[in-house]
Amino acid sequence: MNLRPDPTFHATPKLAMEAPAETLAFTLMLSPDGSQPDGLAVVDVDPKSKSYGQILHQVIMPYTGDEFHHFGWNACSSSLSPLTGHAFLERRYLIIPGIRSSRIYIIDVKEPLKAKIHKIIEPEEVFAKTGYSRPHTIHCGPEGIYVSTLGGGGPDGTDGPPGIFIMDCETFEILGRYEMDRGAQDKHYDFWWNLPRDYMVSSEWGLPPQFENGIVPEDLLSNKYGHAIHFWKLRERRNVQTIDLGENHQMALEIRPAHDPAKDYGFCGVVVDTTNLEGSIWTWWRKDDGTFEAKKTLTIPPQPAAPDDLPALLKGFEAVPPLVTDIDLSLDDKYLYVACWGTGEMHQYDVSDPMKPVLAGKVELGGIVADTKHPNGRDFAYGPQMVEISRDGKRVYWTNSLYSTWDDQFYPDDEGGQMVMAHVGENGGLTLDPDFYVEFPKGYRAHQIRLEGGDCSTDSFCYPSV
Amino acid sequence: MADLNTTAALWWAVVASGLYHGINPGMGWPLAVSAALMERARGSLWKALAALAGGHLLAMTAILFPFSMLVSLVTWQREIQIGAACLVIGLGLYLLVNRRHPRFLARVPPSRLVLWSFLAATAHGAGLMLVPIYLGICDLAQEGAGHTAASTLMRSTLATATLVAVVHTLAMTAAGGTLAFGVYRWLGLKFLSRSWFNLDLLWALSLVLVGGLSLWHAL
Repeated sequence: MNLRPDPTFHATPKLAMEAPAETLAFTLMLSPDGSQPDGLAVVDVDPKSKSYGQILHQVIMPYTGDEFHHFGWNACSSSLSPLTGHAFLERRYLIIPGIRSSRIYIIDVKEPLKAKIHKIIEPEEVFAKTGYSRPHTIHCGPEGIYVSTLGGGGPDGTDGPPGIFIMDCETFEILGRYEMDRGAQDKHYDFWWNLPRDYMVSSEWGLPPQFENGIVPEDLLSNKYGHAIHFWKLRERRNVQTIDLGENHQMALEIRPAHDPAKDYGFCGVVVDTTNLEGSIWTWWRKDDGTFEAKKTLTIPPQPAAPDDLPALLKGFEAVPPLVTDIDLSLDDKYLYVACWGTGEMHQYDVSDPMKPVLAGKVELGGIVADTKHPNGRDFAYGPQMVEISRDGKRVYWTNSLYSTWDDQFYPDDEGGQMVMAHVGENGGLTLDPDFYVEFPKGYRAHQIRLEGGDCSTDSFCYPSV
Repeated sequence: MADLNTTAALWWAVVASGLYHGINPGMGWPLAVSAALMERARGSLWKALAALAGGHLLAMTAILFPFSMLVSLVTWQREIQIGAACLVIGLGLYLLVNRRHPRFLARVPPSRLVLWSFLAATAHGAGLMLVPIYLGICDLAQEGAGHTAASTLMRSTLATATLVAVVHTLAMTAAGGTLAFGVYRWLGLKFLSRSWFNLDLLWALSLVLVGGLSLWHAL
């Protein structure tokens, strides 16, 4: 407990942008076949440092088979919420769930180069206290740490719907389920909120049997993955509206609300449209009467390809779908970054007008057919996937793995984990830094990145940027 | 003469505790800033402050009124003072030991500021902090008045309780309002995280101190 708020807590996104730049990144490493324990890599991202672009420290877990995916902080700028009246938490612990094992690790990164395990929550405790399994997205909010899950109870996670549970932000004790009334929500993926306006938005991927052993083509072609987003009264814990994006819009994944809480809109990325293989971005917004609406504001077309260049899964389509697997919004709410994991592209859209995204920059790297090399001449396995933006919006980092079994289906010949960075131009535009290329140790793939002091998908702000 | 000075000192203590509560962000002035910024209207700042003041006033009266009933039991006065002092010390000690991040206040929706302010003040023992001061004022007033009918006495202690609560809340609102308006108009939100000190320890110690003084006086 501090006497002053943690210096990495900011009242507004604008103040966060003005804070000192990150010098370290934390990246998750996963062992795709579970032959080694998963780990957390601490990466030097300070261009002035001699070890720039190198892994400075690794925390290797004591178990195998966790499959790390997303993670988050114990506390963020949401601690400055005027409602809690208590801003003295420390941004000190990373909460890392294993989506395959349902085990949760709490890593103490107070001294990042000596980061160590602080606590392990065993899967049995998660099951017993929540009835959920396969924990995923972490956000720090009112009442503590919110954790979304992808599975319900039972061995295959289909006994009851998945949902969100809450953890104490100091003791890391699991407090219980979040939902009082989940309405039509029966699948889960991402969630985020607008704290002063008191609403939450959640999305859907699929149930564990639909992803754990690989994508199920029959389920995809019969539109059985998630295609709805849900709106909740945050503090009432009630689903007040469900918007079905249409069953052909398969896998509505990342939810990115505008960071400035005075803005009442946000985005959601849809992986693939089963009628035409397009990827799409949807803009959702709150109307004056308090209800919500969503509209498809951007489509990214598939690229034609010869069947011989395609994995078995895609041969029949003679095209590569862009596969919009991750999106991220800069803190000034100006640029939306869209990872096209299938075609091997990172797009930058100017979303100053959230209803009309305009392509402002693009980087080609990896890809099922294109397989573009990095400017340093080296290979980039798979395609651009988990993306994270620096607080000041000038640097964009990303890694390459989507999910172990899916990587193998879409990229049967690729292997390896890489993290790269691109610079953002003064008026948009995106250029890869030839000198920043992190190769993870053999046998590891890389997933989500967290930046020291918070980034564009960790912190929720309680005051508008004026 | 000594009594008059003590009475004045006690009233100043009512004002001072109000100022102290007012500058504590935990009593809600940042909510007024947030309201004004979110609604993009200065009027929302005053509206939010009024709601916070209303909730605070309710919390004060909710604690003081029961005591004002008790005070009219003149024969038990010393026991009441000792009991109240122990209660305040007890809460102070509890807050000293239990330094956890409070959770239940976060459950109140941002639209219900009166309720929030009432709960925040009650949970922190803001009302209890006033009890020993209030009892001191009543004590001195009764010494001057001699023996009066119980009903008259009750009416006057009730009036004193109301006055104490109002004066305290006005001081609190003036302090919190000045800070809120200052941050909204000139200082900017950077001031919020820079000026926000963890008053938990100081607050708990204040309770123990106020209770201790009152106990010492009563014994």
